[in-house]
Amino acid sequence: MKDITRAAIAILVVSAILLYTVNVLERSSATADGGTISVYNWGEYIDPELIDQFEEETNISVVYETFDSNESMMTKIEQGGTTYDVAMPSEYAIEKMKDNDLLQPIDHELIPNLQNIDPYFLDLPFDPGNEYSVPYFWGTVGIAFNPTLLEGQTFDSWDDLWDPTLQQEVILVDSAREVIGMGLNSLGYSLNSTNLDELREATDKLKTIGPNVKAIIGDEIVEMMRREEAAVAVTWSGQAADMMWINENIDYSVPEEGSNLWFDNMIIPSTADNIDGAHAFINFMLDPEVAAQNADYVGYSTPNEQAIALMDPEVTGDERFYPPEELRERLEVYENLGLEMLGTYNELFLEFKMDMEK
Amino acid sequence: MKDNPSRPLYLVPYYLWIALFVIAPIALIFYFSFLDLAGAFTLKNYQNFFSSVYLRMTLSSFWYAFLITLITIVIAYPTAYWLTKTKHKQLWLLLIIIPSWINLLLKAYAFIGIFGLYGPANKLLQTFGAGPWQILFTDFSFIFVSVYIFIPFMVLPIFNSLDKINPALIDASRDLGASSFTTFRRVIFPLAINGVKSGVQAVFIPALSLFVITRLIAGNKVITLGTAIEQQFLVTQNWGMGSTIAVFLILFMIIIMMVTGQKEKGGSYNGKTK
Repeated sequence: MKDITRAAIAILVVSAILLYTVNVLERSSATADGGTISVYNWGEYIDPELIDQFEEETNISVVYETFDSNESMMTKIEQGGTTYDVAMPSEYAIEKMKDNDLLQPIDHELIPNLQNIDPYFLDLPFDPGNEYSVPYFWGTVGIAFNPTLLEGQTFDSWDDLWDPTLQQEVILVDSAREVIGMGLNSLGYSLNSTNLDELREATDKLKTIGPNVKAIIGDEIVEMMRREEAAVAVTWSGQAADMMWINENIDYSVPEEGSNLWFDNMIIPSTADNIDGAHAFINFMLDPEVAAQNADYVGYSTPNEQAIALMDPEVTGDERFYPPEELRERLEVYENLGLEMLGTYNELFLEFKMDMEK
Repeated sequence: MKDNPSRPLYLVPYYLWIALFVIAPIALIFYFSFLDLAGAFTLKNYQNFFSSVYLRMTLSSFWYAFLITLITIVIAYPTAYWLTKTKHKQLWLLLIIIPSWINLLLKAYAFIGIFGLYGPANKLLQTFGAGPWQILFTDFSFIFVSVYIFIPFMVLPIFNSLDKINPALIDASRDLGASSFTTFRRVIFPLAINGVKSGVQAVFIPALSLFVITRLIAGNKVITLGTAIEQQFLVTQNWGMGSTIAVFLILFMIIIMMVTGQKEKGGSYNGKTK
């Protein structure tokens, strides 16, 4: 008994010391003039050198954390346990956060670098006038494939995935809107369809792709394609770029029936502490040189016109990752369909997984 | 600590623990299961559960859990029996238990490598002139990995109950002319049945709600109730439906506990058969 008491006291003392140290450390870092900002971003979605550069230039220290889905990011911001000053959600999440009053309006006076952004990416339907958000990266959903493992099949159409010669070769991304969307697109319907008959038809069509499906997985797709475990994958353009980085055999195509065009954007949550710091960070990220370096590192497509001018034309001229405007016309941006409809998409996705033809 | 009047005080942490971490969460799950997306009271979630998708999912979860449990028993029983006969019981037991200390995700990722087209499993097959076969993302790989993960949880209780059997009983059975098989059937098996029951509880119930392995090893081609709960909570944010599925899982658990329940605790210890 005595030992236990002693141990308990020891633990309490150590905890108290640690708590005190953390406090002191936080205070000292906070007094580095500009204060601290917390940045909440997707994993592997920034060049870490840029964070150091920002800290040096502005004397603002950065606490950097990552998330792996829009949903978990929103939940964490909503709960408010940690205050984040900048976050990078996708467009439909921004609509949702706006509805839930989770966003702070952005002061355009403090973001002069906004002029570097291609006007095509400004004033989009999910945030008219960019009142709450500033573009960070953009991309598409398409088909990554490895011609060396295939017998000359091409992927200009979603229907090519149903090709009977592709038995057990196709990996799908484990995400309801992408997969149901691919079914809808292949039938010529909108990605944002809320018509139950269309959704049912798309799901029924998807079930017939079963024999070709190797797996429905998440980020593991990149590894699977790199190691040539699979020949074809439905995925995001940035993941495809990641694959090509390691395995040069891989190619990427956006089917001509249309697909998803997505935008990730920088926002300031309504719970933010250091609003000036947040603006400084956003403005910094829009600097042409910074944006160019970041795009080189991350591999996604930057909406920053001035940055593109600084980048390797071979990269920015690649129509697979920088599709010209007339190609973009075929693409659709996700709209926030509301919780009810998202539920329907998910139920159908679950049903598809259950009833896939073997 | 004889007749210490403050003794009930020692129970306070226990009761607090039970109330906070067992009763409260179950009550919350039950409460949430009656809420719809907008947070209003509804019975729709339950109605939804009885739609064909969820019923078939329940059936397939049960089927896979049954297969996993059965194969685990078939492997674990002889292992446990053999363990009781070895010299260094504790050492062997430790070797069987150690893998269960390793994080499940880590093991799953290891199997992705092992079962890959260019992994060791296929290399081995190729030296025999077969393959390469698609092993990953099949029913086989799913059941194999699940069985591998659950084996320690089955070996341990069976070993414990086999080890407790008084050897004199087995000698007596042999002396009375029973063959090895009869001894096993009439003496060892009934005396160790409680170990098997605890093993079944420790394997069948978690197997019903596996979800990490269904994605990483089965590529989401095996869908269990666990997968559905994960999706409802994390993607759809339909906590009501997720909770409803959880309520049914709890119900199934209670039923399994009742079916495999042990009426006489430690009854086998004295060699007393029921």
